[in-house]
Amino acid sequence: MMLLPPDLGRAAGEGLAKASARDDFVVFERVQKSYDGETLVVKDLNLSIATGEFLTMLGPSGSGKTTCLMMLAGFETATHGEIRLDGRPINNIPPHKRGIGMVFQNYALFPHMTVAENLAFPLEVRKIGKTEREQKIARALDRVRMSDFGNRRPAQLSGGQQQRIALARALVFEPELVLMDEPLGALDKQLRESLQFEITNLAHELGITVVYVTHDQTEALTMSDRVAVFEDGRIQQLATPDELYERPRNSFVAQFIGENNTLLGEVAEIRDGVAVVRLDTGALIDTKPVNVSRVGERTRVSIRPERVETNPERLSPGTHTLEAEVLEFIYMGDIYRTRLRVAGNDNFIIKTRNAPDQRRLQPGERIEIGWLPQDCRALDA
Amino acid sequence: MTDVTDATTARRGPTPDDALRVADSRREPMLAADGTPLKRSLARALRREKLRALMLIAPLLLFILVTFIAPIADMLFRSVENQIVSDTLPRTTRALADWDGQDLPPEDAFAAMAYDLTEAAELKVHTRLGSRLNYEAPGISSLFRKSGRGTGDAGEALGEQFVTLDPAWENPMVWAELMAPPDWLEARAAHYADGGEPEGLPAFKLRDEADTILPETASVYGGFARITQFEDGDDPAEEDPWSPIYLALHRDLAADPPLGDWSGPHADLLAAAAEAAPAMETVPLVQQFEEIDEDWLDPDVWATIKTFSPPYTPGYFLNAVDMQQTPDGVELRPETQRIYVTLFLRTLVMSLAITGTCLLLGYPVAWLLANLPSGRANLLMILVLLPFWTSLLVRTSAWKVLLQQQGVINDTLVWIGLIADDKRLTLINNQTGTIIAMTHILLPFMILPLYSVMKTIPPSYLRAAKSLGATDWTAFWRVYFPQSVPGIGAGSILVFILAIGYYITPELVGGTSGVFISNRIAYHISSSLNWGLAAALGSILLFAVLILYWAYDRMVGIDNVKLGG
Repeated sequence: MMLLPPDLGRAAGEGLAKASARDDFVVFERVQKSYDGETLVVKDLNLSIATGEFLTMLGPSGSGKTTCLMMLAGFETATHGEIRLDGRPINNIPPHKRGIGMVFQNYALFPHMTVAENLAFPLEVRKIGKTEREQKIARALDRVRMSDFGNRRPAQLSGGQQQRIALARALVFEPELVLMDEPLGALDKQLRESLQFEITNLAHELGITVVYVTHDQTEALTMSDRVAVFEDGRIQQLATPDELYERPRNSFVAQFIGENNTLLGEVAEIRDGVAVVRLDTGALIDTKPVNVSRVGERTRVSIRPERVETNPERLSPGTHTLEAEVLEFIYMGDIYRTRLRVAGNDNFIIKTRNAPDQRRLQPGERIEIGWLPQDCRALDA
Repeated sequence: MTDVTDATTARRGPTPDDALRVADSRREPMLAADGTPLKRSLARALRREKLRALMLIAPLLLFILVTFIAPIADMLFRSVENQIVSDTLPRTTRALADWDGQDLPPEDAFAAMAYDLTEAAELKVHTRLGSRLNYEAPGISSLFRKSGRGTGDAGEALGEQFVTLDPAWENPMVWAELMAPPDWLEARAAHYADGGEPEGLPAFKLRDEADTILPETASVYGGFARITQFEDGDDPAEEDPWSPIYLALHRDLAADPPLGDWSGPHADLLAAAAEAAPAMETVPLVQQFEEIDEDWLDPDVWATIKTFSPPYTPGYFLNAVDMQQTPDGVELRPETQRIYVTLFLRTLVMSLAITGTCLLLGYPVAWLLANLPSGRANLLMILVLLPFWTSLLVRTSAWKVLLQQQGVINDTLVWIGLIADDKRLTLINNQTGTIIAMTHILLPFMILPLYSVMKTIPPSYLRAAKSLGATDWTAFWRVYFPQSVPGIGAGSILVFILAIGYYITPELVGGTSGVFISNRIAYHISSSLNWGLAAALGSILLFAVLILYWAYDRMVGIDNVKLGG
């Protein structure tokens, strides 16, 4: 892992983050967007982003997340509703006057300019003097540890280097808000991970507000203060990463974030914060009611693979358990991944730590599985 | 900068070239698995592939060689080629070599001209030579036409005197025995004994002795025999010799040849003729030529022939830049005859203007094409390509209808009241007409390369520029425009080179002030038949384009030209 130089935070604190801290630094209010006048790509978006927050818009392609980003940047106009930046409505302000930094997926470094010229561009259009310009460029390059590359052309740089320069260029004119549109999408896994770390560090050191768009849930979980999960033009859940993972509010979020096992059934009984669900096979399980409130309702229950207990003796007595047949065992080094048939579902995955007290299950073996009621969430069907 | 190169080399990893280089540096061949040198086995492995690739392109290569490279080479050659003078007037060319060009040339030159013109007239090439020399000195064409037959009579009076001296001089067989070696005469006799026709006779040969003792006679008789045998298909030993042969004989005898050395037949006949020759009545050749045409007394005519007698001449090129080669050296043509430099400059300036208007009109269209949604872009593309689907002549004629003084545009302007009825604009048959019509015709050649380059510029660059604070104009000028320069270069080169050689449109709508150099080239190829000058003009055009191409490469860089992504 690459670490940032320790003096970076101090250097950055000088010019950036002038905005007074506020919870509603960026506000989307009842924003809608339609391209063709027939369907809405963004449906009634309401979102407040605080100063210095790292907010990620996560969702499958076509979910409206990029459109939201483009509306904020000013490249798309909202069909309805208002977008405010630091209290100011910006619907009618052209992009070049918004002062928002932006990092693009394909970097969008100007190929006919050197790295230094690319960085000088936003300063030149702001009519900043040569000496100051050079200072700022040097500092920005230093921040992304690319000081020696000022005279190169973008084509002479690797993908990761180009993305660092793109980042430096978006930061060099000291914007308070930086938008990133899948900036790491084109990079390989290792580079992506190290850059994720660098970007979040930079953002926090500089105190800038970041709106980050991605379809990679790992990226969203590791980088963000809060994640807005988009689907079908709406925010399905807006929460911190751990809440999103641990407590998904509906089955889409549960499916979309992390690996997940689902079983279908209907509510048989609700008491003491535990809902007993009768599966379609007739078996009973204990769940935590999230989107269900009355007996007889259809529900989709969701349980994370690592929360399944294969040793039911460890659970409290009286807990319902299920019978399972081992279909496949995969050794993955730090964990074992086992595929089971549970209540007619052939794709029930469990993950167990590779630890001395854990046994390798054999295909064909029949076992009992169970879980704590709070780990299994009864969601909308 | 050095560490950068090192880094790239290091990162590139090994290639087959590296292996070969290593093998070279070791000075001993690297061996393949079977023990043959690696280089040879690699070459063998690649040979089949190379051969197959060559076979694939062979038809195109041949086609280009035959239809493109060869004609250009021929054109370049024709622009300096001038063999017609020395081929047609070989003796005259030799006789004029030592002439100082001041007064009339010596009698020898007149005699040589008489022999050469007689031969040329027999071969009917004297008029072609006349037209060739007429490019340099007007009037020579008719002089040659007139003299072609006249010179054939030179020596007629002498011939009669020889025959009076001895009738044997009239006998073709006697001449043949004098001039041909015995083996030819034997072969001839054998040929007839086998029942052969005159066409199949063995080729006539001159006797060595005749050539040394009577050189002029031998030379002229040799020409007579060759033409009689191969042009007319007759037997030289049965045809009456030309009159100029008697002239040549008389001149040879007057030079007091060593007739005592003559070992062939008819030595006595020759001796008698030599004795009688000085007493024969002669008319000076100059006077005979004056009777044919008094222009022969003009030293300039002879000087022109001498000046253009070398087999290669810069004359056409000088002509193409309004200069001329005179016996006194190279000089500018008279002011009233200078047209080509003006035409070249006009062609250049107007082609630049057309390129400029094409760029101005084409750039926004190409931008729209590259940025509209594909459905509408396709429609627009069809509109751009539509002119290609109409005949060039139809389009040009349409411009005539639109642009003429009583045409649609003038009518509309008068109707609106922008111009008065008696002040209608002259939009056609001048440079304006040429520029308008050619801009229209060449516009697609600008739009298409521009479009294909613009298509590859992602819209995110403009967005990035705007997000960095650039106004629409700055974003365009600093970010988009520089990236479209390769398209501008490609389009401009294409349009300019097409324009500089354009011919039909200037011919139809250019009037007199709007024609290009190509129209002049066409005139010389099809009307005046001065192909040499046409070739020189074409070569200059070719060099101009090459120089411009080179200049463009130096200024912008030719690798900066893109016709597509």
